[in-house]
Amino acid sequence: MPTDATAAADDKIRCDACPVMCYIKPGMAGACDRYANHNGELVRVDPHIVLERTVSHGGRLVPFQAGGDWDGKIVHEPSMFVTAIGAGTTYPDYKPAPFIVSSEIDGVDMVTVVTEGIFSYCGVKVKIDTDRYLGPETATVRVQGEAVGHVTTGEYGSQMLSLGGVHHLTGGSKKEGRVTCDALMDLSNCKPVELTIDGGATVVVQAGYPPIVNGVAEERMRVGCGSATIGMFAKQWHGKVDEVVVVDDHITGVLSEHQAGKLLDIPDTGIKMKGRRSTPGRYFQVAEPGTGWGGTMISDPLSVLGPFDPKTARPGTTMLMVSTTGEHAAYYELDAALKPIEKPMPADLRLSVERIQENCEPALCTVLFMGGAGGSLRAGVTDNPVRLTRSVKEALTRVTSGGAPVYVWPGGGITFMVDVTRLPAGAFGYVPTPALVAPIEFTLRLSDYAALGGHMDYVRPLSSLKDNTEIRQVPSPQFPPGQRA
Amino acid sequence: MSRVPQIGWLADGRRLHLQDGPIDLIVEACGSEANMRAAYDAAARRFTGLLDELCDELPMLRRAAEPTRCLLQGVVARRMHAAVAPFAVDHFITPMAAVAGSVAEEILGAMLGAARLARAYVNNGGDIALHLGDGEQFSVGLMDRPDPHGLLRTMVIDADDPSRGVATSGRHGRSFSLGIADAVTVLARTASQADAAATIIANAVDLPGHPAIVRCPAHDLQPDSDLGARLVTRGVGELSASEIEDALEAGAACARRLLAAGLIDGAALRLHGETVVVAAKAIETPGSETAFNKDAMESALHA
Repeated sequence: MPTDATAAADDKIRCDACPVMCYIKPGMAGACDRYANHNGELVRVDPHIVLERTVSHGGRLVPFQAGGDWDGKIVHEPSMFVTAIGAGTTYPDYKPAPFIVSSEIDGVDMVTVVTEGIFSYCGVKVKIDTDRYLGPETATVRVQGEAVGHVTTGEYGSQMLSLGGVHHLTGGSKKEGRVTCDALMDLSNCKPVELTIDGGATVVVQAGYPPIVNGVAEERMRVGCGSATIGMFAKQWHGKVDEVVVVDDHITGVLSEHQAGKLLDIPDTGIKMKGRRSTPGRYFQVAEPGTGWGGTMISDPLSVLGPFDPKTARPGTTMLMVSTTGEHAAYYELDAALKPIEKPMPADLRLSVERIQENCEPALCTVLFMGGAGGSLRAGVTDNPVRLTRSVKEALTRVTSGGAPVYVWPGGGITFMVDVTRLPAGAFGYVPTPALVAPIEFTLRLSDYAALGGHMDYVRPLSSLKDNTEIRQVPSPQFPPGQRA
Repeated sequence: MSRVPQIGWLADGRRLHLQDGPIDLIVEACGSEANMRAAYDAAARRFTGLLDELCDELPMLRRAAEPTRCLLQGVVARRMHAAVAPFAVDHFITPMAAVAGSVAEEILGAMLGAARLARAYVNNGGDIALHLGDGEQFSVGLMDRPDPHGLLRTMVIDADDPSRGVATSGRHGRSFSLGIADAVTVLARTASQADAAATIIANAVDLPGHPAIVRCPAHDLQPDSDLGARLVTRGVGELSASEIEDALEAGAACARRLLAAGLIDGAALRLHGETVVVAAKAIETPGSETAFNKDAMESALHA
């Protein structure tokens, strides 16, 4: 296939794949919509993607015909895997899925049924690693003012959102459906989307990147709540500082009162905490939730303290205040009036703060696409759709999405979840219904495929795909798939 | 040139797929075994080199058509010109507006010249040339997505009907549109006429100067576009119900004029989920999909 192109002025390239000889600007496709200018390079945009199985993160894309012509050999490790991306959907015009490919893996004749599924029942589950307050549970999450989902609950060090789903896609206004569909597609294609939460924060979410909460990029997840942090680091603080307060939206910890401090015989300091004491050294609700220290609204940590008790406290008492991520920290000494005065932090305490930071993993947004394969999609695979469901449940059929592993939810139907960062770029599209188009592959033994009523007449050897499978996929520059008027 | 057209069967083994550069055809012929083979052979033979013929005259094909004079040589190029010429007095239009339908017609013509067929079609990316023998019919489905629920309505073309061409134009297609229609589907005597008319009607579905419509000079997108500096539609934002109605009515008025002039047999115009039909003959809506067809506007607009 000729894929040479000559560079012309202002970055447009001239495609010589056919006599039309289109000039193509960067980010655009030629008249055929098959060849495009991707950063000055001529690429095919319509082909199948073939993945090499690889342990590297996210899977590396390899050219199907890398290193010359296809030699016709049965595939061995590293195995080529045909993904559904670019397979298109053809039903109801004719039933069999667009490509039913056979290849041999581990000596067993395997069949991969490749289709792009249209998912009206789909959405994304978003995990946002932050302790900052994003909004109350069940609060509506909006994009461009339209409701696209809601806040579910907090998980460890993270806030969870459920976005999309059939009610937002097709149950509300047309605009709500369209905005939801666009947001889901962008999130699934690892693009940033700005979400605003009723009564809460504005957060920019992009799969694989730190969340940006009210304009501030989150850096780290907390290693534990304030109390847990006291427990983990008490020994390291012992003898270096008299008091430590770990400020946390959930449970703020106080070293001298905490069980871990008691075990080390750390004396009382006369500290008085605001908030509601749970058990010794553990305080709930020292401040309102927010985007300041430790997921609270405070910017001055001393505001969570009352005056020190003059009966117990003594001048010169040293105190470290630190947030659960180590992102905020300050060092104080009590003056003659028992008032904490901020001082430069000693090196060994600085080290303990850095240790907390080190133990806090990078904060990320993670996006799991979740969808259910409906009866008609399954019928594209077999003439008895329920047998495919059973085969998946019995683990005879492996389900993947764009070559990425999925979790198939137990129970009826084929409802699966997949980490969108593990799919190749631009894997998701949409149709104006609105609904998302996602790749889905079913891989099983050829004999099992025949047994469950597979479309055996349509099985093609892997090598036969070579003619219309091309070098690699880039996101279609102009139009989303499924929308060709 | 190492380029060869891609000629192969679709997975169902009964439809032929022909692709060369931007031309992408799906061909089906119905008849006796020998006639089908002869027809498919003829289609593949005629297809080979067809793109080169067109490209030989590409500069002139990309220029505004003269209403009364045609200097083009190739048979397909001349058909393209003939299809757009009726519009060239009042509109800017180049022969390229009819390229897809004209190619479909040419391939169908080659097949019918080589074989006796009961029924056949050549579908060039939605621009379709039809052959219907006595008593045969062809149903065309208008869909907004490729599954059973996406079927908006069906049009049945009988052998007795004059229409032998179907074409769709709109802002989502491969070629640019000056209008905002999501899709305009036209029935006409020939595929090339349907193609040209669909372009004109889709251009007429518009709200000039509306702030929610994003437009961009065509040559900023495709340097060699036949539309040059003309503003093509890149995005359509929120429109009110009355604005959608206004835009569709502008297109429908154009379609009614073409219907009265005998240039089309019918048209279905779609914008932001609303549909207007202009037709001498009923275009049916499937009973199961009434949710898509609630608007009272469309029945009022049946010509």
